[in-house]
Amino acid sequence: MGLFDRHAGLLEAYRDVRTTGADPFQIRMERVLSPTEAIINGRKMLLVGTNNYFGLTFDPSCMEAAIEAIRAEGTGTTGSRIANGSYSEHVLLEQEIAEFYGKKHCMVFTTGYQANLGVISTLVGQGDHLLIDADSHASIYDACKMTQAEVVRFKHNDPSSLESRLRRLGDKPGNRLVILEGIYSMLGDSAPLREFVDVCKKYGAYVLVDEAHSLGALGETGRGLCESTGVLDDCHFIVGTFSKTLGAIGGYCVSNDPDFDILRVTVRSYMFTASLPPSIVASVRQALRVVKARPELRKQLWDNVATLYDGLSAQGFKLGPEHGPVVGVHLPDRMTAVGFWRAMLDAGIYVNVAVPPATPNGVSLLRCSVCAVHTREQLEHMIEVMTGIGRQLGVISGTPKLRVVAGSR
Amino acid sequence: MPDPGTGEPLLRTAHQLIVENDDIASTLELPRLASRLDVIREICRHLAPYQAGERPIVGATVIAKDLTIDSLAIMDMVMELEDSFDVSIPMNVVAEIHTVDQLADTILDLRAKR
Repeated sequence: MGLFDRHAGLLEAYRDVRTTGADPFQIRMERVLSPTEAIINGRKMLLVGTNNYFGLTFDPSCMEAAIEAIRAEGTGTTGSRIANGSYSEHVLLEQEIAEFYGKKHCMVFTTGYQANLGVISTLVGQGDHLLIDADSHASIYDACKMTQAEVVRFKHNDPSSLESRLRRLGDKPGNRLVILEGIYSMLGDSAPLREFVDVCKKYGAYVLVDEAHSLGALGETGRGLCESTGVLDDCHFIVGTFSKTLGAIGGYCVSNDPDFDILRVTVRSYMFTASLPPSIVASVRQALRVVKARPELRKQLWDNVATLYDGLSAQGFKLGPEHGPVVGVHLPDRMTAVGFWRAMLDAGIYVNVAVPPATPNGVSLLRCSVCAVHTREQLEHMIEVMTGIGRQLGVISGTPKLRVVAGSR
Repeated sequence: MPDPGTGEPLLRTAHQLIVENDDIASTLELPRLASRLDVIREICRHLAPYQAGERPIVGATVIAKDLTIDSLAIMDMVMELEDSFDVSIPMNVVAEIHTVDQLADTILDLRAKR
């Protein structure tokens, strides 16, 4: 058996996807013009699939901070913080994030993926119990493969399903750690966090919440679902990323646990990879200041979410269950999703296509992510284009239907 | 209303009812007295939509190979079976299960250990 034979099934599915004439997994942005526009295939495209929720990748103050940091400290750290030492700015960034959450400790990672992978797989070990939502991100599933703890899945966003699993553990020894996400990345839905926290308290389980897609978007001051549901103090660990709302790359974990810093010499994805370069640290520190100083970006984001979600819903598209900065559009199958995606690209709009096995319950989706700096005209144009394609492909019927959708934030 | 003994709410799931109230147990027999046949029957019910051609699903059926089910759907089925039989099957244990028989035995073993 050849090394690649085991991927034969996937190869076949991938070939199917590429028969549409474009490869959604190898899109090349020839030139990125702004948070909402890029040149792809020689044409200017509207970008609605970038996770750039506040549009901060082109914020002048963040860009200046990064440029200044390169001039002052160079392009890279060329080593890990354990082996080669930390820069002052790494430590300052950690202090600022800890302060933002009102937690005592923060550790910064080189990517959000590494934050989840390292923290989750290290917090629990032999004899412990890790309970994860069935729709968890790949970084959480990968952490499960690395830990010696027993891993059990519970039904997506279902506190009673978690409760039955915690109850079955009975008086078995070992810590219980429950992993939740603020906003789920495929359908844009939020966890019923308060209910989950109540269950965790009842059974003495630790709670870790990944706020990757909710940082900035949720909560009075943008701290995420923990803040908007009022359970910041009950969440033992909050993980997040710099690569979405903060417009750069990197990950973090905050906690009040007095022994938290031991993770710096136990989490391998922290210890054995190069630390964030000065430019990234500087732009992230500035982006965090922008998030604090400009709450209007959050309002703009949710106004845009309402425009896109309600507009598509009124045309009869089947969407994720609630308003969210990610708007997932359900399509009947993989080929329709890829065909729809290709037609959007031809019409000058870039979104993401998400097909099994990357999606929950085997659904095929167009995944749109909304930006605070999208204009209303851009989004209305997108709804028109999608409506046209949807009718041609028979995904929606000709007549729009009116449906009232409860907003949630 | 809280339980006077433990102070916990007296809201019970069906499984707890069986343990605590034998009068009702007779109407909720499956989770309590599941036989091997019951377990196999329930597994086959979940797997029926993934049957490949006319080949019947039997104890020796290799779930991931002989059927059209993918790994994610297997994990989702396991979650349903966990609730039907009131056991939890850790993911590393699921990874070791290949046949319908092995899945049934795992469920029965875990039930016996409760």
